[in-house]
Amino acid sequence: MQPLQRITSRTVVITSTDIDTDQIIPARFLTTTTKEGLGKQLFADWRYQEDGSPKREFVLNRPEAHGAQILVAGRNFGCGSSREHAPWALLDYGFRAVISEGVADIFRGNALMNGLLPVVVDAETSQWLLHHPGAEVDIDLEAMRLTLPTGAAIAFAIEPFARHCLLSGLDEFGYLRSKLPDIERFEAARG
Amino acid sequence: MTPRTLFDKVWSAHEVVAETRDTPAVLYVDLHLVHEVTTPQAFSMLKAHRLPVRRPDRTLATMDHSTPTQSAQVFGSLPIQVDAAAKQVRQMEENAAEFGIELFGMHDVRRGIVHIIGPELGVTQPGMTIVCGDSHTSTHGAFGALAFGIGTTEVGHVFATQALLQRKPKSLAVNIEGQLQPGVSAKDLILAIIGQIGVSGGTGYVLEYRGSTVRALSMHERMTVCNMSIEAGARAGMIAPDEVTFEYLKGRPRAPRAEDWEAAEARWRTFVSDPDARFDASVDVDAGRIEPMITYGTNPGMVVPIGAAIPDRKGDEVFDKAMRYMGFHGGEGMLGKPVNVVFIGSCTNGRLEDLQAAAGILKGRKVARGVHLLIVPGSQQIKREAEALGLAEIFKAAGADWRESGCSMCLGMNGDTVAAGQYSISTSNRNFEGRQGKGARTLLVSPLTAAASAVKGSITDPRELL
Repeated sequence: MQPLQRITSRTVVITSTDIDTDQIIPARFLTTTTKEGLGKQLFADWRYQEDGSPKREFVLNRPEAHGAQILVAGRNFGCGSSREHAPWALLDYGFRAVISEGVADIFRGNALMNGLLPVVVDAETSQWLLHHPGAEVDIDLEAMRLTLPTGAAIAFAIEPFARHCLLSGLDEFGYLRSKLPDIERFEAARG
Repeated sequence: MTPRTLFDKVWSAHEVVAETRDTPAVLYVDLHLVHEVTTPQAFSMLKAHRLPVRRPDRTLATMDHSTPTQSAQVFGSLPIQVDAAAKQVRQMEENAAEFGIELFGMHDVRRGIVHIIGPELGVTQPGMTIVCGDSHTSTHGAFGALAFGIGTTEVGHVFATQALLQRKPKSLAVNIEGQLQPGVSAKDLILAIIGQIGVSGGTGYVLEYRGSTVRALSMHERMTVCNMSIEAGARAGMIAPDEVTFEYLKGRPRAPRAEDWEAAEARWRTFVSDPDARFDASVDVDAGRIEPMITYGTNPGMVVPIGAAIPDRKGDEVFDKAMRYMGFHGGEGMLGKPVNVVFIGSCTNGRLEDLQAAAGILKGRKVARGVHLLIVPGSQQIKREAEALGLAEIFKAAGADWRESGCSMCLGMNGDTVAAGQYSISTSNRNFEGRQGKGARTLLVSPLTAAASAVKGSITDPRELL
């Protein structure tokens, strides 16, 4: 996993609330057996016409979305299915962070384990971001601080272990495997 | 000792290493259920690290999501329609063989939807921790297990260690009192609960469904309720085990045998919330007032009693978008709206009792002209039972399409889809945009409402046909 310390980028805004993982990546693309290349299918049904051509009005098809690393979305982002294909698709497209007033539990875990940072903010900050698409935003994971172009600095919370892993580029697997002796003892004690 | 909740008890019984401020808990997994869609990349990870599946004896695989339901495709005289799905099925077979995991393959009589076969075989038991790369793993909470969906990376973690890194969620008591009215089912109950607390009302919590209404539910009904916990944002929903649970499990192929039964049951009985246990939050539900429910929008929280009108929230961006997608308007009534497809099945409502409920309405009646009624049993065992009981004959006589088991039309990835713009009355769990196929318009209901609507060809209150 790539270390993630700081992201400075323009935002892409999708204002909808309760964006479920079926929208992020529809089920028909889950027949893949790898993680690669899913960015093409990110938000496929909102992004493409029936014939596969891009829908011009959808934000990811507009030039200002190009190169943006931060997605801003309405509250309860990533609800529904546990498919990890959702963060894979977002990362493959080029996003490194999602800012929302709320992020669904399973999606949050899946995102963190892949190096996609979910940043949960208060309603006021969320509203500001939703109303200022393309704003240049700075996310400092070390300081757990989001800075808006207005100069406003907003503190955000993140699970300490996930933060540690992201900052150092470690994945959680190595840590979990280091606990194998404890797991073996637990099993032995249960009989 | 401090009184503890059911969830507290199951959690602490599986805590290998307790959580600290800096590190999550290491939580032991008793049972890892596996299917073909969310595992290929996890097996690749094992291969990359040259690791085995650590406890194949605690791992059980089936195929359900991408498998076809047409008999000729399942049993080989026709190829699987979707190439990538066929590849996924082959890869599941290869991986199961390579890693020594028991797999209920395409032709196995025990194959079925992962959340149906766990309980059916008796591998799902009270007090267990159960995970699966599928959000509807919450279903198994109906037995007093802590069961939740995980992502593919975590599937790999469980393969390699039989444990997971987890922060302990908060607890939410859902207190349900009152008697469900005739024609009102467990599906209506959970849809009403989701309508009440919202699609993110359970985020960060494990739910415990409690109260006299819950005690009166059968295991099948409890599974329907727990199944949709995730649609309220909760990773897990639990119900304390009782005589109903024990009666259900007794004699199942992988439940404890007679000589071990007494000890198992005594242990299971400890998995209940203590009388003064404190929950982080609670909500009260009045079951006696619940009517047959139906969704009108694009998430399960957009739900109304079937006789009611769609609320008018014009100007609310999400509502307006949902109405455009569904082709509905705020203020319209739901009854009498035309239906194109009716789907009865899924891990929510694909059990034998669901099929019996539908058959009660379909017996001696015909599916309305132009309506496609697809009935898909949750497992091959349920299929055999439904055939032995004559349900399949009732369905076929009514003009329904009767299939092999699988997730089928719950999600459009196996060849069973709803065409763009069509209205699908469905007993599944998600009415998200495109869930049943690109442009498909899904309305979630109970099996009774689905069957009644198939007969009338339009959205129908099932109490008219009881």
